[in-house]
Amino acid sequence: MQFPILSALIFTPIVAGVVLLALPAEQKDWIRRVALAAAVLILLMAFKLYFSYDPGKGGYQFLEEAAWLPQFGISYKLGIDGISLPLVLLSGLVIFSGVLVSWNVEDRPREFFSFLMFLGASVLGVFCALDLFLLFFFFELAVFPKYLMIVVWGYPKTREYGGMKLTLYLFIGSVIALVGTLAVFPKYLMIVVWGYPKTREYGGMKLTLYLFIGSVIALVGTLAVYFGSGLRTFDLLALEQAGFPIEFQRLWFPFVFLGFAILGGIFPFHSWAPDGHVAAPTAISMLLAGVEMKVGAFAALRVGIQLLPEGAQYWAPAILLLATINVVYGAFIAMVQTDFKYVIGFSSVSHMGLVLIGFATLNRDGLLGAGMQMFSHGVMTALFFAIVGMVYDRAHTREIGSLGGLVRKMPWAAVGFIIGGLVSMGMPGFSGFVSEIPVFMGAWQVAPLVSVVAILGILITAAYIFLVVRRVFFGEIPPELDQSVGDVSGKDKLVIGMLSLVMILLGWFPSLLTRLIEPGVHSIVALMGGGW
Amino acid sequence: MEPVTNHLLSLILFTPTAAAVFMLLLPREKISLLRNFALAASLIPFILTLVVWAGFNPQPTAAMPFQFVEKAEWYSAIRASYHLGVDGISLPMVLLTTLLTPLAILASYSIQERVKSYMILFLLLETGMLGVFLALDLLLFFVFWEVGLVPMYFLIAQWGSKNRNYAALKFVLYTMGGSLGLLLAIQLMGVAVGSFDLLELYQRWPGLNELSIPIGLSVSTVKAIAFWAFVVAFAIKVPVWPFHTWLPDAHTEAPTAGSMILAGVLLKLGAYGFLRLVLPLFPAESQQFAGALAFLGVAAIIFGALGAWAQNDFKRLIAYSSINHMGFVVLGIAAAAGMLNTTSPVGLLDKTIALNGAVLQMFNHGLSAAGMFFLVGVLYDRAHTRDLNEFGGLYAVLPVYGSVLIFTAMASLGLPGLNGFVSEFLVVRGAWPVLTLATALAMIGLFFTGAYILKALKMVLHGPLNGRWQGHLTDMTRREVLVMAPLMILMLVLGVWPAWLLDMINRAVAFLF
Repeated sequence: MQFPILSALIFTPIVAGVVLLALPAEQKDWIRRVALAAAVLILLMAFKLYFSYDPGKGGYQFLEEAAWLPQFGISYKLGIDGISLPLVLLSGLVIFSGVLVSWNVEDRPREFFSFLMFLGASVLGVFCALDLFLLFFFFELAVFPKYLMIVVWGYPKTREYGGMKLTLYLFIGSVIALVGTLAVFPKYLMIVVWGYPKTREYGGMKLTLYLFIGSVIALVGTLAVYFGSGLRTFDLLALEQAGFPIEFQRLWFPFVFLGFAILGGIFPFHSWAPDGHVAAPTAISMLLAGVEMKVGAFAALRVGIQLLPEGAQYWAPAILLLATINVVYGAFIAMVQTDFKYVIGFSSVSHMGLVLIGFATLNRDGLLGAGMQMFSHGVMTALFFAIVGMVYDRAHTREIGSLGGLVRKMPWAAVGFIIGGLVSMGMPGFSGFVSEIPVFMGAWQVAPLVSVVAILGILITAAYIFLVVRRVFFGEIPPELDQSVGDVSGKDKLVIGMLSLVMILLGWFPSLLTRLIEPGVHSIVALMGGGW
Repeated sequence: MEPVTNHLLSLILFTPTAAAVFMLLLPREKISLLRNFALAASLIPFILTLVVWAGFNPQPTAAMPFQFVEKAEWYSAIRASYHLGVDGISLPMVLLTTLLTPLAILASYSIQERVKSYMILFLLLETGMLGVFLALDLLLFFVFWEVGLVPMYFLIAQWGSKNRNYAALKFVLYTMGGSLGLLLAIQLMGVAVGSFDLLELYQRWPGLNELSIPIGLSVSTVKAIAFWAFVVAFAIKVPVWPFHTWLPDAHTEAPTAGSMILAGVLLKLGAYGFLRLVLPLFPAESQQFAGALAFLGVAAIIFGALGAWAQNDFKRLIAYSSINHMGFVVLGIAAAAGMLNTTSPVGLLDKTIALNGAVLQMFNHGLSAAGMFFLVGVLYDRAHTRDLNEFGGLYAVLPVYGSVLIFTAMASLGLPGLNGFVSEFLVVRGAWPVLTLATALAMIGLFFTGAYILKALKMVLHGPLNGRWQGHLTDMTRREVLVMAPLMILMLVLGVWPAWLLDMINRAVAFLF
């Protein structure tokens, strides 16, 4: 029997998380080693999958299927295709990097690394799930650890607000998505949620309550698609072939897509992202922006576009509009930020816009670009947040006005940030460029104006990147920092080097990923009756 | 030997990058080692270029319009390939680049701070510039076009003079702004034709019809968008007046060697874009707007010269002189564009002459501009000022410097016997029949060219010696003479016997247009 590598991939972090909780809290060294070992294992398995996937055959591979609740048509079904495999690889890289940059977390590292592992399991699970219920299960699994990690380990000034806002928005997103699959609209729930005053004291408790209700609704909601198909199954492959009536699709696609795309940061429901990312501790920011936002986009693709393709075609122009606003508006807002981390947070909103544009083109080029951009942006933003964390840990401020001249103290961080910045502005020679080009090519084929407008985002990005780099890393170093700031650690350098190398390699050898993504895109385009 | 001879262009292109990566491992305190290594590494592409030159067949044929061609899979998912080749237009540009880079590195021996980063950036810059000239795939062209911007930004921002931050940011955002139009056009063309390969584009782009393009726009709209996007992007780079305003600041604030490369090579990328892409792909539009382009070229000649004349900063004067000289390149290209579909033998002759002049002027200006910027730097290293009013009578104190400066300035001015004259004459001769008024105005512009050059020489070298320099200035060192020597030799040789270069250019130009 074939080794169930996908299950191993998902359960390694779960097991690690459980083991960590069992360790004595003072054994900080062991805690870190266990976390690192798990992260290394995950990364190795991801690489193994990368090299073993057969692009010639295409489709979903490494399939695993086991009955779970057959009377409901729920199965434990896993598989990866050319779209999810790069995201699995991305997750491996970001989890590994996240563990390394968090090496010196002193406040309850046991719980920190344990929850980090659970988060990792959740994202890997979403990417590998081929059963709609299973996908939802893993999707929801992330929300609670995320909330805790922000509220407990996040940045004091903003963590309650950030954690609550993030969870609130994501919950709303989940609800909308669920509603889409439920075909019932719990208006009263929306009013109660929105009506709630955003005060710190109540935030945490109310949030937990709503998340619990949300998870229950999730379970109920997934039954709806199941009933709608008439097939009595949650199997994604079967549902892809189900062929929902066109009116059903047009009605429910926006709920499903929008619900998931909120986690992907679609305008105007994007504002949880900057607050949430900024409030989170470094490794979680890396995971949130680097991977979680892709989970949202990915789920929107898998459940929205792949199951309801005619609905997607009908709503594509609206998505193009919103996503284009993401790109340009996100860049403008990033430009005016004074907090270093907020610049990065908003730039993520801008870049996810490109992913969504790629999706909305529904053609080969655009989807290819979206797939590449999910990976490229994931790596880039993980690098950005890692470096922001390194700067903050030493300078104890994120205000751009209070920083300066850091290249002399942290040359690796400076170069890493510059590389990330170049990727961000789509500079050729790096992964951002090879990801953006197909997106724009796809846009030209369906909506030329989108390309013309979206390209402004690049220019604005270039402007603020050069300005931020100059202000933070060059120029005069403020005297307070001159005494206290030291270089980054060896582990930090490993993260910077590794992530930079990935982005450079992909920039010069795009075929490293296109060989996977192309067959994946092929299948999706075929679903919409499109030729090559 | 096979792998080498089959991949000469790739070797030329990537040796600087490989050297730059290797330099990361060298210790940053060993300044001599860093400089010498960078210099040696930059000589390799130069030598390889000479090898290519020796093996190059001057006469292009329909079967082999480009030589030393290399093609490999690169980004096949969007139909872009790694495709390199040279012809009689690009090879002189490659030679210019591989010649100027070692000279600029040698000129940079006076840099004392962060030498390692400086040299690494310089080598990366060289790859960027070479890639533009060597690429036969539009996407690859764009990759190298943009790649060159980043090292130059850092060279200006980190090692430049007082106003460097402003100048660097203006340079990079202005140029990138233009590049984005270029990118859009390239994307559009790639989608419309289904490939980014230049040779394929040459064949299929003219005959494009509505049915073959998967875009909801008419062919004429697509072509118009692409034409203007290309024109603006290249116009910014050349620079064509009025898109020139980034240049004075960037050239003035850049470190000496940075200015040498900026004026010597980077400006030529824009002109090359016109020749390689705009004229062959958009013959009808080029012909239609040739008059406007000529007008802008003349504006550059006249206003550039007047701008130079008005300067008190020696370096800024030379910067404006670049606008002035590149105006002739634009005039030559415009003249040829105006005659693109002519069939009369006289018209063909004029067109060829004008293009010869334009390409030769690109090469010549590269030499003289690099020389002039270097000489400004030599003076600045000693006097720590570039203010012309501060100088005077320096010939007596610096006779070698003075002689070299006069020589180079005369080449820049277009004195017969030196290279500048040959190319300017060819442009004027070729443009006169078709753009008489513009050419006449351009020649009047030459008056002003003479004026500002002689003004600079007078203020620096002649007249009474400003007392503060007595005993404080030393003449050119051996290293500095070594930087100027190849440039001066070439300026003289091209002035009296240009055939060795002109023949190659002529055959290519006559074949292509």
